Amino acid sequence: MRHPQLYALHIAHVDCDAFYASVEKRDRPELAARPVIVGGGVRGVVSAACYIARLSGVRSAMPMFKALAACPDAVVIKPDFAKYVAASRQIRALMNTLTPLVQPLSIDEAVLDLSGTEALHRAPPAVALARFALAVEREAGVTISVGLAPNRLLAKIAAGRDKPRGFCVIGGEARALLAPESVRLLPGIGPAFARKLESLGITKLAHLQALDEREALRRLGEDGPALVRRARGEDSRIVDPGRETKSVSAETTFDTDLSRREDLERHLWRLSEKLARRLREADLAAAGLTLKLKTSRFASRTRAQRLSSPSRLPDTLFETARALLARETDGTAYRLIGIGAQPLAPGSDADLPDLADPLRPKRAAAQAAIDALRAKFGGDAIGKGRGFPGRRDKC
Amino acid sequence: MKFKADRATLMKALAHVQSVVEKRNTIPILANVMIAARDGKLTLTATDMEIAIVEEVAATGVQDGSCTAPAGTLYEIVRKLPEGAEIQLDHAGGEAQLALRAGRFATALVVLPTDDFPSMTAGALPHRFSVSALALRGLIDRTRFAISTEETRYYLNGIYLHAAESDGEQVLRAVATDGHRLARVEEPLPAGAASMPGVIVPRKTVAELRKLLDEVSGDVDVALSDTRIQFKAGSITLTSKLIDGTFPEYDRVIPRDNDKVLRVGKADFAAAVARVSAISSERSRPVKLSVEKNLLEISAASPEQGTAREELDEGRMSYNSSPLEIGFQARYLNDITDQIAGEVEFRFSDGAAPTVVRDAADSSALYVLMPMRV
Repeated sequence: MRHPQLYALHIAHVDCDAFYASVEKRDRPELAARPVIVGGGVRGVVSAACYIARLSGVRSAMPMFKALAACPDAVVIKPDFAKYVAASRQIRALMNTLTPLVQPLSIDEAVLDLSGTEALHRAPPAVALARFALAVEREAGVTISVGLAPNRLLAKIAAGRDKPRGFCVIGGEARALLAPESVRLLPGIGPAFARKLESLGITKLAHLQALDEREALRRLGEDGPALVRRARGEDSRIVDPGRETKSVSAETTFDTDLSRREDLERHLWRLSEKLARRLREADLAAAGLTLKLKTSRFASRTRAQRLSSPSRLPDTLFETARALLARETDGTAYRLIGIGAQPLAPGSDADLPDLADPLRPKRAAAQAAIDALRAKFGGDAIGKGRGFPGRRDKC
Repeated sequence: MKFKADRATLMKALAHVQSVVEKRNTIPILANVMIAARDGKLTLTATDMEIAIVEEVAATGVQDGSCTAPAGTLYEIVRKLPEGAEIQLDHAGGEAQLALRAGRFATALVVLPTDDFPSMTAGALPHRFSVSALALRGLIDRTRFAISTEETRYYLNGIYLHAAESDGEQVLRAVATDGHRLARVEEPLPAGAASMPGVIVPRKTVAELRKLLDEVSGDVDVALSDTRIQFKAGSITLTSKLIDGTFPEYDRVIPRDNDKVLRVGKADFAAAVARVSAISSERSRPVKLSVEKNLLEISAASPEQGTAREELDEGRMSYNSSPLEIGFQARYLNDITDQIAGEVEFRFSDGAAPTVVRDAADSSALYVLMPMRV
């Protein structure tokens, strides 16, 4: 590999290739040459698709029936998150031998700052990263793609350019390299925003690069100048290992579309419990809640509500989300429901005494008892009635 | 229908009723005021289906009849007529337009049929009592700041009005809380109120009533049922639906045993809190009170802006218990001290427990404040 700045760059973006699918292939070598899709349930979505499946057009987050229509001979595997978390930890441990400045972005993605590590590795970052990629393949059994660049934005773009098993470097040529690309290349520009930009005559990053500060402000509003800087490949974000999670959520796709409020609420209650558990595990609390629904026609609806005070009690999460849901149960059939905690608050702020809720301490104690039972006897040992179908549903 | 009224009288009445009219309503007739003349008496009525205001207006040359006309437009027209003008309104009935004349000005307004105008008068109001406008103002002013705007707990979106016993006295009690602070204010129980049910008066009703009370002296007649409340003051009658919900058992959250007592002059305290909290533009940042024997330090810190502190010592405050640190939202402290005239009394338990705040010279109001972590 050649690049004039190869040995000077030190921000790396590491992305595992088709992570869940790769872990599954690692454990079942006979699937190596087969298209593999990891995803759940009759009506779930694709969590990950191997590169062979992607050749047929399968993408992650695609509904399973569409994926199977595109790639009928795919092997579908139910996700085994415990296994993926274990593999992720293994890779994270290897990252930590490279540099202490590792900021995980998700289970299979992280950004690393390797500045000042040359003496330690007796090699420049580029070489250390190449050794690291081989170590991951050897020890964790999955392949990764690495982007090396002067900043986080370019590192992420680089990591995506040469997948799978890639190693791509972007340096001083960034601006010229980005110019002919579609605006969609920038993280954060989705189809809706791209359409808006297109209506302004902006389709290529070159169009954004050409705007000066004032012009950007005038045409694109408050965030315009920042967008222009990113289009030029500039990014001043640091790699921050202490960076907290921004949201915690839980969602489920139904086996058949649901429109009745009581059916949706039953799922909502289970999700509230799941969300509460995840918040407790992360020692966080929800300061606000987002309800997410997807209609049978794949239109998304999200509704948000601040909580009067941060909480991680399933009851409180449920009651808040239920009020949001009530306004959306207008006969529309939904295929998916989810709730998310956002913004988050520290766990120490969760469920403080509330003057309007004299019984809250009692409910918190009851929840602690339920958690203790579940820890001892498993998740289904005890549950509230509202989590189960009513008599009316059975007949 | 036909009558004459002077501009000032009509404008005042229209101002009252039109403030109830929903500004962005989807039902056209709710934007209208009903003008009705019966037996020589003229009334104006407006409603948003939750609240209705009826006002009797002095008029001359009254011929019976009724119609409904756009409240906002009518008010604007009357407001712009010259002072002292005599206004004549004339409606021939049915779908005819409402003719308004004043001097050489004339207008004709499109009307909607009276039959479509929603009525809120139905139903008996078995509990009746009278309370002075002054007392009612006190109940509202000292509690309304604590009314919650949280939609999920809709039963907190109003003032809980009920009969209670306080230190052996029968009282009419108003309570409001948003979970962070609670205000409880009492007035001697008026005759006839002992058997009233506890009712939650919605925030908008409270606001409309409070506006009317500015113009009223003397007594207000209150009548209520489980679902409706009516206030009658002079020529104005305000009827409102009540919030259908259960107010929390607030008594459980009022601490009884807080024994660390801080007393501080209201003016000194409020000014110091205002100065110190200016360091942070973030409204939810806490102000810290550090109190020890005869010394109170009020401080605030903002990671971006810096720190500020102010001391109040002997002569301006008194405290005679073990040292304590506790944080509160500055705005919440202000809302409460705004209601206190002379000396503020804080009763603490510890830095994490609800604190009781009172006017040292007035036992009729009690406030509870949740601390924030500092």
